[in-house]
Amino acid sequence: MIEPQLARCVASFHPGATGVAGAARLSGGASQETWTFDILHPGGTIGAILRRAPPGYGASPGRAAGLDAEATLMQLAHDAGLPSPRVMHVLKPADELGTGFIMTRVDGETIARKILRDEQFARARPILARQLGKIAAGIHGLPASKLPKLRQMTATKEIGDLEREFRSFNWPRPVFELALRWLRDHDPGPSNEVTLVHGDFRHGNLIIGPDGVRAVLDWELAHLGDPMEDLGWICVNSWRFGEIDKPVGGFGSREELFAGYEEAGRRLDPDRVKFWEVMGTLRWGVMCCGMMQRFRTGPDHSMERAMIGRRSSETEIDLLRILSPRGR
Amino acid sequence: MQDEPTPTELIKAVADFLRNEITPAITGHNAFKLRVGINALDLVTRQLALSEAGDAAEAARLKQLLGMEGSLIELNRALADKITKGELDLQTPGLTEHLWQTTMDKLAVDQPNYASYKRELGRK
Repeated sequence: MIEPQLARCVASFHPGATGVAGAARLSGGASQETWTFDILHPGGTIGAILRRAPPGYGASPGRAAGLDAEATLMQLAHDAGLPSPRVMHVLKPADELGTGFIMTRVDGETIARKILRDEQFARARPILARQLGKIAAGIHGLPASKLPKLRQMTATKEIGDLEREFRSFNWPRPVFELALRWLRDHDPGPSNEVTLVHGDFRHGNLIIGPDGVRAVLDWELAHLGDPMEDLGWICVNSWRFGEIDKPVGGFGSREELFAGYEEAGRRLDPDRVKFWEVMGTLRWGVMCCGMMQRFRTGPDHSMERAMIGRRSSETEIDLLRILSPRGR
Repeated sequence: MQDEPTPTELIKAVADFLRNEITPAITGHNAFKLRVGINALDLVTRQLALSEAGDAAEAARLKQLLGMEGSLIELNRALADKITKGELDLQTPGLTEHLWQTTMDKLAVDQPNYASYKRELGRK
């Protein structure tokens, strides 16, 4: 049970807390866990989330920013007035909970199909794209001097990484080769502006309420790079969940996203956004193949992972629709 | 020669049993897993029905495009290699049509409900 350690930990940073209740594991793999729980306090119960690598899982994988950096970024976003949970506590060794942090729990929905179809979000849907443009602008405007140490990426480096990973599967995919070729031919070069990039700005990492965006989550893939990457990634067809004529998350238009971004005083480069959309589509396709590989070789021998391997063809049709559209 | 029933008939019978009899009795995360499992069986059924004709047509197109013989995977490796090297591109006669047809055939097995696929099916 995790509750005794959590109760001890909570008492150390939240004076007057009398304990914790309702701890339940939400998701995550072996190396990274998310827990929900309530902090009991005479002044009122507080909903909280623990994000941690359990003891023994110290190092984060190659592309990950690390949990300490995630906590710093989330707090920076919160302090800048962006929709974000507040970081309540960064775990210390004495907490005996591993590494990670505790944040406030934000109510709302992260499941795309519900956000796109449920009546309670009907009034939020038309405003989300513009809101997300503004939020992306806020993220990209966070002061460089306060950022934690992060990897720095460029389009060229990203193409190289993606190609290496794809080659390691040793399985021919002519459409992916075509996309790689297109990316190399359209590499926009280093961005004039290098900013914080969220790195996974899409459904699943956004808490939405009937009133709109309530929180941006999961800074695991945050890095320094071309700010247009976040705008391209959120337009990838894989995050439209069937609403393919609404490029931004299945709820909005690029124009709305771009307007929100520019209204916040930031410059936009639609060609770079398109480059990153193609990159993102290929990236998701390669990730699907990667999950299939882990199904074959790794400890996670699950049907879900195996079946995700058969979703990479979705990205092939989406790449063709962008790179070689027919009949229009 | 193996006797009847065919693999397709066996898998369909199992999938239908899981879908109609077991699904109503299962809740929570296992209901999600069950759905994934049924989807996998349905995919295999589609592949058994469609892949022979699709693979043969794909191989014929590849032989024409590349001017060589070989197994389907050898031909695909050769095509991938030529695209990487820039020897073939979207201006090459027949390449776009080949990639579209091959991809449509993959989606017909993998995800026939994928919105982009349904849109393109209606376009022709």
